[in-house]
Amino acid sequence: MGRYLLRRLLQLVPVFIGTTFLIYWLVWSVPGDPFAGKCGDRPCPDNYVAVMTEKYHLNDSIWVQYATYMKNLFQGDFGTTFSGREISDIIMTSYPNTLKLAVVALSIEAIIGLSAGVLTGLRRNGFLDNLVLISTLFLIALPVFVIGFVLQWLIGVKLGIVRPTVSNDMPITELLLPGFVLGSASMAYIARVARTSIAENRRADYVRTAIAKGLPMRRVVGVHLLRNSLIPVVTLLGTDLGALMGGAIVTEGIFGINGIGRQVLRAIVTKQSATVVGIVVVLVLVYLVMNLLVDLLYAALDPRIRYE
Amino acid sequence: MSEQSAAGADGSGRPSGRLLEVDDLRVEFRTRDGVAKVINGVTYHVDAGETLAVLGESGSGKSVTAQTIMGILDTPPGFVTGGQVRFHGKDMLKMSSEQRRRIRGEGIAMIFQDSLSALNPVFTVGFQIAEQFRIRRGMSRSDAKKRAVEMLDQVKIPNAKGRYSNYPHQFSGGMRQRAMIAMSLALDPEVLIADEPTTALDVTVQAQIMDLLGELQRERQMGMILITHDLGVVADVADRIAVMYAGRIVEEADVYDLYAKPAHPYTLGLLNSIPRMDEKGQELRTIKGLPPNLMNIPPGCPFNPRCPMAQPVCREKVPPLLQIGSARASACHFAEELVNRD
Repeated sequence: MGRYLLRRLLQLVPVFIGTTFLIYWLVWSVPGDPFAGKCGDRPCPDNYVAVMTEKYHLNDSIWVQYATYMKNLFQGDFGTTFSGREISDIIMTSYPNTLKLAVVALSIEAIIGLSAGVLTGLRRNGFLDNLVLISTLFLIALPVFVIGFVLQWLIGVKLGIVRPTVSNDMPITELLLPGFVLGSASMAYIARVARTSIAENRRADYVRTAIAKGLPMRRVVGVHLLRNSLIPVVTLLGTDLGALMGGAIVTEGIFGINGIGRQVLRAIVTKQSATVVGIVVVLVLVYLVMNLLVDLLYAALDPRIRYE
Repeated sequence: MSEQSAAGADGSGRPSGRLLEVDDLRVEFRTRDGVAKVINGVTYHVDAGETLAVLGESGSGKSVTAQTIMGILDTPPGFVTGGQVRFHGKDMLKMSSEQRRRIRGEGIAMIFQDSLSALNPVFTVGFQIAEQFRIRRGMSRSDAKKRAVEMLDQVKIPNAKGRYSNYPHQFSGGMRQRAMIAMSLALDPEVLIADEPTTALDVTVQAQIMDLLGELQRERQMGMILITHDLGVVADVADRIAVMYAGRIVEEADVYDLYAKPAHPYTLGLLNSIPRMDEKGQELRTIKGLPPNLMNIPPGCPFNPRCPMAQPVCREKVPPLLQIGSARASACHFAEELVNRD
């Protein structure tokens, strides 16, 4: 287990360097003058451009720029925006909001998706099975903004059950609707993967052995069948947190949540490249950590991986 | 051993009768392509302390019969369409699923062919044995573990205590089958069904496992149903042999009688097809043709298209399984001729 963990950790290093470099390079390579429009209607004074160019190392090669950026990053310095605001400050205020939303979405998709998958996997071709298959197809086919606007209008405006937009202190009850919207597509996938997995393992020899041992059906399904069927579902769930945070931009827009989606959008429009890089680098870290967690969970669920 | 099963083994306090009886059992598989009649009136029994070998080629219905006894037949596609399975005289097919569950493991237990797929890959071998003590006997975790280690010890797994926390894939094939046996014997069953327990193993290991099974069966005075397609395996262990073909018993006899004088052409063909040392270099003898399509069993005796002795009557009348002499039966129109020839 120790070696397994060490190997997975070492694998993260090249992935982290590779992805962050790509991001850095792409974001700073966007064509256009970073100082256009920064000083009102007039072009920026030469000495301002000189100071800023020096500050952001814009005359150095991309390699030096990247190396300098990483050096600062490891000292906890994300740099500042052109107007002088600490980027770490932007990250600190926006990330918790998006994380909270993504965790709510993840929980909803895990609970609903998994239950639907297990129930339909055990009893295929029934009414519930057809209902789940059709509704998941709907969720997969519809874009998030359609689901978002429709549910916001229906539940928030027309029926008035919840506030149509989320208030600033983000109570969980108000996050349920946006969480459902954000997690809807993944929830459908989870349900389908769990259904297939359960149905496949339902006929496995070891399930038959468990029945032949005279164990109650509850235990056969809840312990023997579920543990094996969970492995693909866990992979899907774990890697999804990063995707949910990165994909929250639309949902955040619809429900007025001040998360990273809004910040990245604003930074891209105003060419605040350092902000974009900072936010995305943290997102990469989230992905990597979640991936590591999935690998560990995977090993915990399946001893054949642990001892390979 | 528990008191309950000790009482069952010697039959005291119970009405005299067979321990486990299969009576005119019929099972069919309903698939999209049609109905396959897999079991067509199988009748056999096993008593405490005896071993019945059920012999037949793949698809003859020997495993399906066992699955029906255990109540682990996949339904659909499998459906029981007739007959009874009586345990201590009570028809199990009429019991509630809860009553049947209680018999599994404790009354009748089963060993499967492929121990790697039959054991759950994500739990330790010890857990899978101890689980039965915990769930079925309500033991504490530590007591259950102690009993499970004892079981591993009984099937002669070296370092049983250390092996307790190994996973199935960390065992060799032979050790895994031993663990499987330990698991099936945990609740002290009265009947043990071994479904081709040595098929997946090396020849040398096969003998060890068969010896172990024979030893445990004698010690515990269990009734054992040994399902196999390997004539070599049964000779040492079995008391009686039932030969199956196309979902029927075609011959049943004591091991000695059957080997000495088969009373059915199919059994004769099987015995002749065993490779012999004194015929080295010659072509192996086989039974010509293929087993019948179970969706379309030929009229008359199901073996008639392959039978070297077939007569017109064989294509018209299904021969019933009839007693010949005192302790054997054959389903052949010419059984008497076969037994009485020189």
